[in-house]
Amino acid sequence: MNAGGLAGFRVLDLSWHVAGPYCTKLLAGFGAEVIKIERPGVGDPTRRFALAPDQEVHAERGSLFLHLNTGKKSITLDLKKIEGRRLLLQLVGLSDAVVESFSPRVLPGLGLGFEVLRSLHPSLVMTSVSSFGQTGPYRDYRATDMVCLALGGLLYLVGEPDREPLKPWGPQASYQAGLHAAVATLTALYQREEAGVGEHVDVSVMESVAFQMHSYPQMYRYHGKIVRREGQRIAGHGPTGHYPDTTLPCQDGFVHVGSSGYHWEDVALLMEEPRLADPALKAAQRAQAAEIDALMQPWLSSHDKLEIFHRAQALRMPFAPVLSVGEVLQDEQLGQRGYFQEASHPVAGLVRQPGPPARLSESPWTTSAAPLLGEHNEEIYGGLLGYDSGEVARLRDGGVI
Amino acid sequence: MSLRLPLDGVRVLDLTMIAAGPYATQLLADMGAEVIKIEGPTRYDRYRGPLRGRDREDYPPGGPGDRPYNQGTRFNEVNRNKLGIALDLAKPSGVAIFKRLAAVSDVVIENYSPRVMGNFGLDYSVLQVLNPGLIMVSMPGFGATGPYRNYVANGPVPEAMSGLQHLTGYAGGPPMKISGWYYDQTNSLTAAFATLVALHHRRRTGRGQHVESVMLEAAALLVGEAIVDHAVTGRSPDRMGNRHSQMVPHGCYRCAGEDAWVVIAVRNDAEWRRLCQAVGRLDWETDERFATVEGRRLHEDELDRLIEGWTAERDHREVTSMLQEAAVPAGAVLHAGEVMDDPHLSERGFFQGVVHPEAGAALLPRAGWLLGGTPLPIRRPAPCFGEHNGHILAELLGLMPEEIRALEDGAVISSRPLV
Repeated sequence: MNAGGLAGFRVLDLSWHVAGPYCTKLLAGFGAEVIKIERPGVGDPTRRFALAPDQEVHAERGSLFLHLNTGKKSITLDLKKIEGRRLLLQLVGLSDAVVESFSPRVLPGLGLGFEVLRSLHPSLVMTSVSSFGQTGPYRDYRATDMVCLALGGLLYLVGEPDREPLKPWGPQASYQAGLHAAVATLTALYQREEAGVGEHVDVSVMESVAFQMHSYPQMYRYHGKIVRREGQRIAGHGPTGHYPDTTLPCQDGFVHVGSSGYHWEDVALLMEEPRLADPALKAAQRAQAAEIDALMQPWLSSHDKLEIFHRAQALRMPFAPVLSVGEVLQDEQLGQRGYFQEASHPVAGLVRQPGPPARLSESPWTTSAAPLLGEHNEEIYGGLLGYDSGEVARLRDGGVI
Repeated sequence: MSLRLPLDGVRVLDLTMIAAGPYATQLLADMGAEVIKIEGPTRYDRYRGPLRGRDREDYPPGGPGDRPYNQGTRFNEVNRNKLGIALDLAKPSGVAIFKRLAAVSDVVIENYSPRVMGNFGLDYSVLQVLNPGLIMVSMPGFGATGPYRNYVANGPVPEAMSGLQHLTGYAGGPPMKISGWYYDQTNSLTAAFATLVALHHRRRTGRGQHVESVMLEAAALLVGEAIVDHAVTGRSPDRMGNRHSQMVPHGCYRCAGEDAWVVIAVRNDAEWRRLCQAVGRLDWETDERFATVEGRRLHEDELDRLIEGWTAERDHREVTSMLQEAAVPAGAVLHAGEVMDDPHLSERGFFQGVVHPEAGAALLPRAGWLLGGTPLPIRRPAPCFGEHNGHILAELLGLMPEEIRALEDGAVISSRPLV
């Protein structure tokens, strides 16, 4: 088996929650050694994160933590203690990259800012993920994922036009920032070979959201037009914009009806409704969305989503069934692709989870279950840093690790 | 600070079209890679818009002009920093030129359906022999294998099929679409990431490889916790609008003016007390019902009404600064114009100026990071159709002017769409 593409890189992961951990999950999956640093006794808060208000979560069974932290090692370390910071600097000296997601003042306040780390280790790449970035008027603003989604411009575009905007499920702004951080970290590591020195990578969750704005800011600048949300219909098309492009109810749920405006005759054929091939509708498209929906609905209401999906796709139209999470787990395409993988976790048992974000023919995605809190203390403090068991015990008793 | 760009020296042949692929190559181009976008004389990138132009708002003011396909706002935004040629891969002489280019390139990236590159005689098994260090990145809709391999996927498809759309919606309401292109750009970032993994691998081993980046597979990871949870419990969370499993209050509140909103999220009891103080409502702060998160959850409807009673009379940015002064998470729901004019993004150099020879001046957004604290300038505008045919063929392949003219005469290359 070939070594993973990032084998040989060691990454110190000081990050918690979602953005930093998703970045380092991706790095770990392709072979980087990721050492996750958590607070003694407490750990990453997502260890206890519940997905629903009434859900009780055992500290080593939280789904969000189990998902985001595959492939990593966990050590505990108290950065508020001087000896903790000393240990961190030792680890930094042995690492290629540090990923962190504290508010911008935190690490410099502890004497662990980029300038300090760089002076000890000039080739270090440090990736800092923060809500707004390391600079700027919002730098010290408090934020949650939804706040970044709002200020980044994406939230305005989702939901029904006649009521409040709607956030997508889950910490999507943070996931986006994690992806930006992964791309930027690998870019900085690539540059390092030629440049000889590392770099401070400054990732902003708000900017990662604004990256999704799809030319609308420039279109506003040109025409003063503000693109608004349109519920189930894709926003941002002008009155002659492509249609159908919407989600509609069907017999057993919902289906996305997408034709990109090129398949009028096929839509009419599929739905046994000749009026859908009317040239006047083709000319009007979006402007007659309601009429088009009304012509499609009877056929949709009498067919199931998977049948609709297969029959439309056979005519090369990008329809899609709206699948529940349970249905995603049963999806035959993902199943045949071996997409869902299982890893054995000492407390949670066999954990089934989504697999490779991409497939590389020479650099396999390999993953192990998320670590228990401090599971790798012996391996790292003993093995990597060379402390004997007495010293490790002293550190533990002193609350340093 | 180094003057070299991070991906200096990396050459990418970019066959991708529309959004997901071009955003991936935009990321590489922005970081300094030489990206050569390859359209076809009869196969132009439809993101340029219809050849004769249509909605005026898809073009700069005064557009679309004589050549609408060179003035499309969306196309010109995502394809900046790239060179452009128009080469017909359906012709043997076009394929021969492509192979010569592939021999001196580092990456080939395409988002055709799975059989197309093979039909051109340009699948990975051929390119690998030509250039063992070449990294080929394919972005097929559902993957090169599996029962859906010939199916078509664009942005809304993984929204529906990843589970994200089913999980999203107003409380008691139906599953709601997100944006229609949310997963296009998720896939772009994932494909760029995977390309960089392959570049690192090649640096260590000297070998290229075939990368497959599939939108649905990148997408499902963004609801991974729900998948993990369902596999264990058999349940998934009910749609709950803007509410949150851990935080109360957590919502989107109407502000003064038309379609103006602010989001507020309270993570703990201390933030709740600071919110009460910022709003000047001691009675909320002393109300026992709201003192704990459990209590706030029980009375969440009333809480949301009270908060909106306060925000509804105020400007959304005023609410944001008042609450942020009090260290309470809050954010105005900005529309695209407000994003363009936002002072934080402005100071961070998020939008960069560029002048396009036919479309004029524009401000274009970068990705969500800075390297070394300074935005990288945009080096060149998006290419006009076939703009760099002569330059690429002469400079990279050493073709003589008469050879290039012959290719034009044979419609193997073209400087305008031949449709």
